Amino acid sequence: MEEYSIYFERYGYFSLFFVVALLVPAGMLFGSFIFKIIGIRKNNPTPVKTDIYEAGIRTFSSRWSGFNFRYYTFAMMFLIFDVEVIFLFPWAASLIQLNDAYGLTVLIEMFVFIGVLILGWFLAWKQKAMEWI
Amino acid sequence: MKVSDNQDLNLINYNISKPLHEQTSIIDSEEGQDVNKLIKTNTKPLSEPIIEVPDGLDRNLMITSVDSLINWGRKSSVWPLTFGLACCAFEMMASAMSRFDLSRFGMEVFRASPRQADLIIIAGTVTWKMAPVIERVYNQMPDPKWVISMGVCATSGGPYYQSYSVVPGVNHIIPVDVYVPGCPPRPDALLYGIMMLHEKIKRYKNLDLKQIFE
Repeated sequence: MEEYSIYFERYGYFSLFFVVALLVPAGMLFGSFIFKIIGIRKNNPTPVKTDIYEAGIRTFSSRWSGFNFRYYTFAMMFLIFDVEVIFLFPWAASLIQLNDAYGLTVLIEMFVFIGVLILGWFLAWKQKAMEWI
Repeated sequence: MKVSDNQDLNLINYNISKPLHEQTSIIDSEEGQDVNKLIKTNTKPLSEPIIEVPDGLDRNLMITSVDSLINWGRKSSVWPLTFGLACCAFEMMASAMSRFDLSRFGMEVFRASPRQADLIIIAGTVTWKMAPVIERVYNQMPDPKWVISMGVCATSGGPYYQSYSVVPGVNHIIPVDVYVPGCPPRPDALLYGIMMLHEKIKRYKNLDLKQIFE
């Protein structure tokens, strides 16, 4: 039973946070709705107001237009190295604590991981993935 | 309040399957037609938006205190639009910096989208080519919205008065609340204009009981 109480002590705050995070935006939306009814919040949608904002010029195409395919390789490479950085952060944070027992192993493993990605980076460079063809 | 409402969407004749560079002449000519239409129609200045002075006994204590609360909230966080046209824009930026510090009035957030802005500061010379853009941006701002005409160019054309390409006062396009004189006005003058706008916002009436009960 005591284990449960500790559990709720630790994670009860999280559920409380979740409830507040639901209530605050719901309350704001409800308040906005009430203000609209009693006339404090003005509601005057016009075709121009609901149209796309394009720095003030008239819109001349739909938003759902195609992107250039060349962005795809850049997006993939960005994703790979972004994920690499995400892995680096916990590693860097816990390296000092691991220093006695596993420190050297962890250090070498991370360098192997980075090295594999750098090899891939050189491959992409060689295959001209970074050039705007 | 009379507003110049160019509310028809008036989409440009654009073919999505063709490349853009083949159609730029069409788009340019249609924009030019817009400008010419504005030059022909907007020959007289629009009147300043006037606040209705409440009369009668439908304004009781509760309503006025609610009004003052809402107006206090509105005046304390007037968010201007990022919109600089000419050299007055630099004075506008300077007034947002730390020496003059626009954030004392809760308006340091220059919004990049008219959807989130209350105030548009027309800072600089308004050319006829820019006029449809200003009209459209103003129409895309949510109500309630205010306009400050900053500097003599935006107010009356200034040194370019009776020029073929300059609008003789931005009030030909959108209704202006506060005019700030100067060429360009110092940030102090802009701050004074903003304080005058605050005085104006304080007098709005928001709750309309007749509207609710009918």
